[in-house]
Amino acid sequence: MKAAVIVFPGSNCDRDVAVALHQASGTAPAMIWHGESALPDLDLVVLPGGFSYGDYLRVGAIAALSPIMAAVRAHAERGGAVFAVCNGFQMACEAGLLPGALMNNAAGKYVCRHVAMRVETADSPFTSGYASGQRVSIPVAHHDGNYFADDATLDRLEGEGLVAFRYDNDNPNGSRRDIAGILSANRRVLGMMPHPERAADPALGGMDGAALFTSMVETLS
Amino acid sequence: MPVLPADPVTREPEIVFETEDVGPMQARVFVTLKNGVLDPQGKAIEQALKGLGHDGVEKVRQGKMFEIELADMDADSARERLKMMCERLLANTVIENYRIEIGGQDAS
Amino acid sequence: MSTDPNEIEITPEIIAEHGLTKGEYDRILGAMGRTPNRTELGIFSVMWSEHCSYKSSRVWLKTLPTEAPWVICGPGENAGIIDIGDGDAAIFKMESHNHPSFIEPYQGAATGVGGIMRDVFTMGARPVANMNALRFGSPDHHKTRQLVNGVVAGIGGYGNCMGVPTVGGEVNFDPAYNGNILVNAMCVGLARTDRIFYSAAAGIGNPVVYVGSRTGRDGIHGATMASAEFDDQSEEKRPTVQVGDPFTEKLLLEACLELMATDAIVAIQDMGAAGLTCSSVEMADKGGVGLELDLDKVPQRETGMSAYEIMLSESQERMLMVLDPAREDVARQIFAKWGVEFAVVGHLTDTGRFTLKQGGKIVGDIPVRPLVDDAPSYERPWERTEPRVQLAEADAPAPNDMGEALLQLIGGFDGCSRRWIWEQYDHMVMADTIAWPGGDAALVRVHGTRKALAISTDVTPRYCFADPVEGGRQAVAECWRNITAVGATPLAVTDCLNFGNPERPEIMGQLVGCIAGMGEACTALQFPVISGNVSLYNETNGVGILPTPAIGGVGLLKDADQRAGMAFTTEGETIVLLGETRGHLGQSLYLRDVLDRAEGPPPPVDLARERRTGDIVRGMIRSSLATACHDLADGGLAVGLAEMAIASGIGATIDLPQSEIAPHAFLFGEDQARYLVTTTQPEVILSMADASGVPATVLGQTGGTELTVNGSLTISVATLKDRHERTLPEHMAGS
Repeated sequence: MKAAVIVFPGSNCDRDVAVALHQASGTAPAMIWHGESALPDLDLVVLPGGFSYGDYLRVGAIAALSPIMAAVRAHAERGGAVFAVCNGFQMACEAGLLPGALMNNAAGKYVCRHVAMRVETADSPFTSGYASGQRVSIPVAHHDGNYFADDATLDRLEGEGLVAFRYDNDNPNGSRRDIAGILSANRRVLGMMPHPERAADPALGGMDGAALFTSMVETLS
Repeated sequence: MPVLPADPVTREPEIVFETEDVGPMQARVFVTLKNGVLDPQGKAIEQALKGLGHDGVEKVRQGKMFEIELADMDADSARERLKMMCERLLANTVIENYRIEIGGQDAS
Repeated sequence: MSTDPNEIEITPEIIAEHGLTKGEYDRILGAMGRTPNRTELGIFSVMWSEHCSYKSSRVWLKTLPTEAPWVICGPGENAGIIDIGDGDAAIFKMESHNHPSFIEPYQGAATGVGGIMRDVFTMGARPVANMNALRFGSPDHHKTRQLVNGVVAGIGGYGNCMGVPTVGGEVNFDPAYNGNILVNAMCVGLARTDRIFYSAAAGIGNPVVYVGSRTGRDGIHGATMASAEFDDQSEEKRPTVQVGDPFTEKLLLEACLELMATDAIVAIQDMGAAGLTCSSVEMADKGGVGLELDLDKVPQRETGMSAYEIMLSESQERMLMVLDPAREDVARQIFAKWGVEFAVVGHLTDTGRFTLKQGGKIVGDIPVRPLVDDAPSYERPWERTEPRVQLAEADAPAPNDMGEALLQLIGGFDGCSRRWIWEQYDHMVMADTIAWPGGDAALVRVHGTRKALAISTDVTPRYCFADPVEGGRQAVAECWRNITAVGATPLAVTDCLNFGNPERPEIMGQLVGCIAGMGEACTALQFPVISGNVSLYNETNGVGILPTPAIGGVGLLKDADQRAGMAFTTEGETIVLLGETRGHLGQSLYLRDVLDRAEGPPPPVDLARERRTGDIVRGMIRSSLATACHDLADGGLAVGLAEMAIASGIGATIDLPQSEIAPHAFLFGEDQARYLVTTTQPEVILSMADASGVPATVLGQTGGTELTVNGSLTISVATLKDRHERTLPEHMAGS
């Protein structure tokens, strides 16, 4: 699998996700600076977690305008896969790769803990290693994970089976309809608030995120 | 009366009067959450104000205000520029509305 | 037209506003050979402040042990350094940000965290773990909630954005901190031993480079401002609160580390307290050179800043470096890539003087040596703290209900779960945290190796107040014990000494006593002090805080798989208590929280016993004989058992041994040097302990859903957990 992690000023989970990808695929992903304007030929682009531009203005808003994002958008339009975690999910929404927006957590506080989630669909390159309905525990770490979209959009996402993960009676941020992660209409872009890269090493407290990486390696290579 | 929304140590409380003298190419952009979008910060502030005994507080919505100094240009082009800035960056129109003021006059 | 502030006549009032005594001013006159101008006076005042010069504590700090074969760099640099093998070094320090956090809790705590991280990455280390030690006033005090909220959000806000995990810490609530909270932040970083950077400037003519945020009027001390005398026009009230910008610091970190991989840096120093002044003077003094700054070249955020303001600003996220001139362009490009400001602001000279130019004129000219070497050092008068009378048995009666007493302790503000706090910190980022907050010590892997660092912060202020020497010993011993309890070898400590007004002999006595106790323990446990900070004058209206010498310790686990946690691992294992129980209730949590008394001496610390017990416990963990381990501290045995049960969801059944000690004293006494371990091979544990002369007692078995101490209490683990977890969230949700 040819994968690249985009590094933005303020990204801080870039290394973590690269380690998880490396472990799953045996190959280290390329690390690409946001100031680049072109991408090499890739099977997967990762938008990592962190605080791009300090979360100033709105989470992900300034990163969504980075030079590389035009190339990421073109990659997605060609049907290329994009895995957007946490701050990456926020950018993907701001950049229009995914519908909706991520707002302040309802409790107004940063939250870092494992949450109980349900895999809502195994029908994607990211979730094929799970069973639909499977219950998993994966950490979240964010201040703005409160997913918002209007009712029509939510109905469409649900109707087309594009909700990838839902909090399982354990919603840490007030997101609408307990949404933790969603897919694009062509199912090739996944945005999710929880960090599967923090649940892919037994020493770190769980392996529930590992299947996401093995799914990508199997389906995207 | 106790004031809450402005932390007196790091920010200066400010009350904007319509008549305030603002330079000709001074623009202000107000970005607020759309009605119906939950505003947890506004809610928390509302509760805190009530806690301070301000019984008359019905509702608080929190927003952002940007002061933008523009190079000399006519008001129409300034408005167009500012709208583009809002659509492209300053506001996320999925969840936010914006309002533009130029030289103290509403220009939305 | 504003007056040149340097033209203002130096009056006794101005000298006093700068916190200088008449005697100190006379020393300045001696060093200068003339009357200083205002900027020069300001520079002396910050260099000779308690914060920079340690003038009240220096003579005592010198008595602390600072050496061991694994110590690469002790106190005196930005942070201390230890060798952790294979060419790896751990670099760490703890520092206070008490007063700023009381004034503005979010920004005060945030900039405290930002400052300590800069101390660590200045030396070439990537920060890998943050810790903290926090003290707040009474939970019911009207300011406490707001302070806790702000401080916790500020620590999280900065550390989370930097992507450095906050892996643990400690918190106490006591009315003694109502008017003076303590925010002590610690940072641990990793570097290669051949890539460590120091602050001694070298190379006459080499450029002095400023990187990072622009300089504003932040943090210039209000009292020294006297703004009316600067300018006869009215002006905006200048902020004295520093506002943190973690995003800029993250870029500064990455840019510095990228530059450090080249050979461009000769010397580097972060701009912390007293910013440009302290960093320039320390670099020049350590290198034995002169330094000239052109203040017009200093990046400024505001217009019309005077030399005085530029030199005393405490704007955050700034660094000063001396570069190899041949590599200046390499450095400039790296900082441009990261979008961080880069400016050559001066050069090194052979004059031995610190020279400042502004607008083509010399606005300050001070010989470097006296600025540092002539700094005052005081042997302030001190009084020994009166020893407490032993607690009479009748003064520590048994509770009406032993179970309720335990619930009171684990649900009390000092005994309850801190989850509400640490869930606001990203404790997992960097994906190497293998033991989270809430255990004895945090464990962070050395990335890409089998090694892990164990980190703990500790002090029991009520012990220090009752007996500073014993309290100082105990703080170090408890830290050593916490590191031992996860299986690691304790290597070195950083300290953050928080006290009241040292000009009062009884407060000075607390400082002297605590340092004496710490020194003894550090020597006996081979746990030297390699960095630290002193914060004095933590007083409001003549009421001082409890003496609080916070200890931050670091240990090494060579194989991260050989670790223990405090959660019971499985049912049916034997629980063994190691160490001697005497039932010491003086100054215990039980006495304070259940009986509402604060009497007697704290539990004595026997350092030889401490070491003996810890060493065999560590061996048991490493050989997998001990499947879980927890050291006993606040609340004694009962609280220790409850915590192990809560962490695992597994219960236990305990029989207290036959002894003359009353059951409540056995359960709640705070005798030191004790650990609980679980095992499947109790006979091996007992014989190992016996061979080392360490008392060991089989207490019972793990299993079931209740914690039962036969004859004393039975409580379901669910109830224990509920009481333990409920306190902070409920209190913080209140208004």
